[in-house]
Amino acid sequence: MNSGVVTLFKLAVLAGLMLFPAIGSSFYVELVAKILVMAIFAMSLALLVGFTGLVSLGHAAYFGIAAYTVALIAPEYEAANLWFVLAASVLAAGAAAFFVGLFVLRTKGIYFIMVTLAFAQMAYYIFHDTALGRSSDGIYLNVKPDASLFGWTPFSLDDPAQLYYFILAAMAAVFVLLSFVLRSPFGRVLAGIHSNEHRMKSLGYATFRYKLAAFTLAGALAGVAGFLYAVLFGFVTPEYLSWHQSGNVLLMVILGGLGSLAGAVAGAFAFIGLQEMFSDWTKHWQLLMGLVIVAAVLFMPTGLAGLPRRIFRTVNWGEDDE
Amino acid sequence: MDFTSFLIQILNALQYGLLLFLVASGLTLVFGIMGIINLAHGSFYMIGAYLAFALSSLTGNLMLAIVLGIPLAFGFGALLERLLFVHLYKRDHLQQVLLTYGLILIFEELRSLTVGDDVHGVAIPELFSASIALSENLSYPVYRLVISVVCIALAAGLWWLMQRTRLGMMIRAGSFNREMVQSLGVNIDMLYRTVFALGVALAALAGMLAAPISSVYPGMGGNVLIISFVVVVIGGIGSVWGALVAALLVGFADTFGTVLMPDLAGLAVYLLMAVVLLWRPEGIFRKG
Repeated sequence: MNSGVVTLFKLAVLAGLMLFPAIGSSFYVELVAKILVMAIFAMSLALLVGFTGLVSLGHAAYFGIAAYTVALIAPEYEAANLWFVLAASVLAAGAAAFFVGLFVLRTKGIYFIMVTLAFAQMAYYIFHDTALGRSSDGIYLNVKPDASLFGWTPFSLDDPAQLYYFILAAMAAVFVLLSFVLRSPFGRVLAGIHSNEHRMKSLGYATFRYKLAAFTLAGALAGVAGFLYAVLFGFVTPEYLSWHQSGNVLLMVILGGLGSLAGAVAGAFAFIGLQEMFSDWTKHWQLLMGLVIVAAVLFMPTGLAGLPRRIFRTVNWGEDDE
Repeated sequence: MDFTSFLIQILNALQYGLLLFLVASGLTLVFGIMGIINLAHGSFYMIGAYLAFALSSLTGNLMLAIVLGIPLAFGFGALLERLLFVHLYKRDHLQQVLLTYGLILIFEELRSLTVGDDVHGVAIPELFSASIALSENLSYPVYRLVISVVCIALAAGLWWLMQRTRLGMMIRAGSFNREMVQSLGVNIDMLYRTVFALGVALAALAGMLAAPISSVYPGMGGNVLIISFVVVVIGGIGSVWGALVAALLVGFADTFGTVLMPDLAGLAVYLLMAVVLLWRPEGIFRKG
């Protein structure tokens, strides 16, 4: 496909998202805001799964750690400073990812999947069982953070539309940031690790450090998503760190197709869209979701983003992937 | 802690570790031989527990329920392999994770639709319902000892199967070189199906045995799955012997972790895993 057309399409989607609060009801504005947060989460995992070849099944830990950081450091009945709590929670998530990465990146393949899951479960228990998480029921964030910067208040997160735009801006920023990262020499090394780590090593790259940097960055960006999620819903619970959350975000990444940031965003839309649709129909919506997943693996191995490409390829023989 | 309560904790740790071994051995075999990561393995434990509940309320006897349940679980495993898992052998780990995650959702909802979301108890068979008095006010239930004995017998049986029978020899050979075994005239598809069904039956049996002591509740498969992963990581993928040692280590870490630092209950197992990872990233008994 022509890259100009693709850019145009992305800009059209962005424009649509920007106009959305003007036409959507408050329910749908909040729903799309939730999807945008999940899109950030999915893009952060795509950096690992799609671009570095590290299948993490414990990514919810960093999402949840950031969400808990806001809830724990924000004063109970006053507004916290947005920029301070944002920085603190992203740092906390990044630091946790760095620390866990030191352990898990010593393993590969199936081990890596299991060990990331086990560490995430450890984080889950810390918030579920110990005094740090206060209660297994979760914590309310009563007041939304205040966006003032040296006495100047550019916007207020109490207004749903402004909160929506803040989240949309964060999503766009993460998208642009990751695009740059992937095009940078660092991103090329990650791509090299993805296709052949041994070769990168023999070329003299300290691949462990690159993987650790990617793991830390992915954790910090998952922290951005966790922070926004806590602010959006004003509530945190240990379930944010549960392995179902890790499974769901992995689903979004795969649903959208690997190796594309836009795919991760599309995957978040598809997953939450399906979730909303199925839960409208029945209390047992996870049954339908499970069937969709199984069918997708059996019949659609390249994901949503791969679908046009696959169709294109059957029509036009000899077309290359890139 | 006096000696009697110490003894009780040791027996509890053994019983828990051995039960974990039943679940983890199937997981490690399926990993090691077929190269499949199966997130739905915990669901087989859950299905076993619910089978024990359903069949024992039907027949009025847990032991009869277990005797009926094992072939059911084995057949279910063989069917599942034939319909779904057979398509996963050539796929990457990511797609295996995805499909088996989908299966968890399906199994949990089917459980919810058929049995509901309530917690159910399962009665201990009358024969084993007694307790052995260890001191004036401490005693140990016979049923927990029975679980340990059954698990030890099964572990010995598994060792015999893998090391001393023709089937075990073919399984071990198949884990090294699928094509070679196939060209020697072994029906590898049937072999894989048998191993998979065996793993399902072992996990379901663990669930059935555990049902009277843990009761039967939604989400019980998830916890067991993750702890079994820890066992497999510690023991080394594909090593049944490693799974046994690791399961016992985890059993002890969890039991004594709860006794010694109740605030951090649940964390001890993961700390153990972290230490093993630093020491041996591929597990204690990694093969090859």
